[in-house]
Amino acid sequence: MRMLRSTLALGAVLALGLTACGTSTPAETAAPAPADTTTAAAPAEETTPAEETTPAEEAPSGELPKGNGETIYLVSKGFQHRFWQAVKEGAEKAGAEYNYKVEFVGPQDETQVTEQLNQLKTALDSKPVAIGLAALDSGAASELLNQIQAANIPLIAFDSGVDSDIPLTTVSTDNTAAAEAAAQHMVELIGGSGQVGLICHDQTSTTGKQRCNGFQDWIKANAPDVTVLEPQVAGAVDLAANTAKSMIQANPEIKGIYGTNEAAATGAIQGAKESGADLVVVGFDSGKTQIEAIKDGSQAGAVTQAPVKMGYETVIAAIKAINGQELPKVIDSGFEWYDKSNIDDPAIAANLYE
Amino acid sequence: MSTQAETKQSGGLPPFLKSSLQQIFVFLALVLIYIVFMVVAPNFASLGVAMDIVQQSAYIGVMALGATFIIATGGIDLSVGTGLSFVAVMAGVFLAGDWWNLPLGAGLLLTLLVGALVGLVNGLNISFLGLPPFIATLAMMMAARGLALVVSDKQTISIKNPQYIWLFNGEIIPGIKNAIVWFILLAIIASVMLNKTLLGRYAIAIGSNEEATRLSGVNVKFWKTLIYVTAGVFMALGAILYSARFGFVQPAEGVGFELYVIAAVVIGGTSLAGGRANIIGTVVGALIMETLRKGLQMMGVAQEWQLVATGVVLLLAVFIDNVRRARAAAV
Repeated sequence: MRMLRSTLALGAVLALGLTACGTSTPAETAAPAPADTTTAAAPAEETTPAEETTPAEEAPSGELPKGNGETIYLVSKGFQHRFWQAVKEGAEKAGAEYNYKVEFVGPQDETQVTEQLNQLKTALDSKPVAIGLAALDSGAASELLNQIQAANIPLIAFDSGVDSDIPLTTVSTDNTAAAEAAAQHMVELIGGSGQVGLICHDQTSTTGKQRCNGFQDWIKANAPDVTVLEPQVAGAVDLAANTAKSMIQANPEIKGIYGTNEAAATGAIQGAKESGADLVVVGFDSGKTQIEAIKDGSQAGAVTQAPVKMGYETVIAAIKAINGQELPKVIDSGFEWYDKSNIDDPAIAANLYE
Repeated sequence: MSTQAETKQSGGLPPFLKSSLQQIFVFLALVLIYIVFMVVAPNFASLGVAMDIVQQSAYIGVMALGATFIIATGGIDLSVGTGLSFVAVMAGVFLAGDWWNLPLGAGLLLTLLVGALVGLVNGLNISFLGLPPFIATLAMMMAARGLALVVSDKQTISIKNPQYIWLFNGEIIPGIKNAIVWFILLAIIASVMLNKTLLGRYAIAIGSNEEATRLSGVNVKFWKTLIYVTAGVFMALGAILYSARFGFVQPAEGVGFELYVIAAVVIGGTSLAGGRANIIGTVVGALIMETLRKGLQMMGVAQEWQLVATGVVLLLAVFIDNVRRARAAAV
């Protein structure tokens, strides 16, 4: 599948390159299409609450001129996860298409707030034409954001929101809506009542909070017979597995566990397996272990983001900002629920990565 | 089984009794913590929970067995955490079906060799280049992390070899995970090595007074290197237990494990200054940390408070041990 995906991506890039060589107006409408197949090509979706907050850039407003190889700097939250590699792929695709150089960096892992700040500082110092930031901790970055604004460099937030007025727009998965969808599926899967555990992968980023709170709030508001246990934080598989086991042992009646990323969900499955409990595990994102678990039935399903599209839209938004075009406050990069029944659906599979 | 070995201390109680006292003290702390959780944590008092604690502390514990030797020399090993993820990735490379797919024996041997190699590089850098252990292993910590990511291409590797999974995560004795059996077996081996072999005695002698040991004709450079190699092999065993538990390897795991390893050794009564080491103490130290975590998790305490609690226990253990030692010395 990996090969198929990269071949497809290569094909898409080539096609884009060719069309972009023609006149600019037709290229405009053709260009974003391949990226959109990742999410928009699933019109017959069963449950998509609050999918499209902003209709995602089907027809760009006005003309988008090509650059002269200027640098757009993207500071992500990490590089080791395939998720960020997919974001990078999408970003570079847009960069190649409009002739901008995309510099993509990220800290070693999603806990290294200070390393990310250093990278953001480096980005600022290199004076790029635009900066994209997936903030690990919006509060900690505020001083640098002021400096970026003072330097008149357009800033685009991506992945998680930045609590500030400085970013011109935020390209992100609506994590709250996605977590609500996960909650809704969880409640259906456990039959509408019982105890549910929650393993959150982090509690400092906006993404982490939304994925946790969206789930809890939806259940509180819509499923009075379901109790959510005290959420636990565990960002690594072994910690998540041990945490899940403790939850199961302390609450033998527990019916399901929701993990807010790949490590948390994989740990929950491991914990259920080791304690011999029959649980409904619902996850977030994709990754090899989750995909395998969903295929073999040990995990019920998960919500996934659309990372390639996120990277692509971030760079497009940056280019629009460079050219002084108007941007909406939020650009949704979409999400999907997937389980055993639709995991091989091409529209879903494009979002999944191992 | 007496696992205490001291040369620094003199006077007071006879050595055997003193060593027993220390072990009893650490063990009592574990029992106390355990009893408290039996009272306050719901469903904590069960055999399953006790088994979990031992199983979950096995990989940290096994790595800590090796680290005990290093710390006995007055050294430190910061590379065990990311070293674990590197060795685990290599185990995946050797054994996984879509990688080399070697037979179990060859795969295990190579995996242990990789661990020994990591230890050898650490040992050579420290003994022959004269680098401080902190710096040499800090460098290895970074390099191992990078290598794990490079070799695996940042991908998860599934180890589906059923013999491998069975051997380290199956149940040869029904109801007891093999990881627990391995942990006990390796602890006994480490204990014998520390107390009955030259390697153990020299480790403690080097920690007590490296110069004196050298002057008495011991090839300190050689033995020190061998001690780091030994610790590397224990690290590899920890990595094997870790990867067999999950059946897959993720290159970014293991970060921060080194601190738990050091904490287990220190809670167990081994002195960071060297010259004093205690294998049973290390085992109990690892169990204390896991018991704390398990109990607090089962009480639904947030993770940040679990960390605070572990920190407090680490401080208390070292502080009480110091006070007791000062008193013993004053007598």
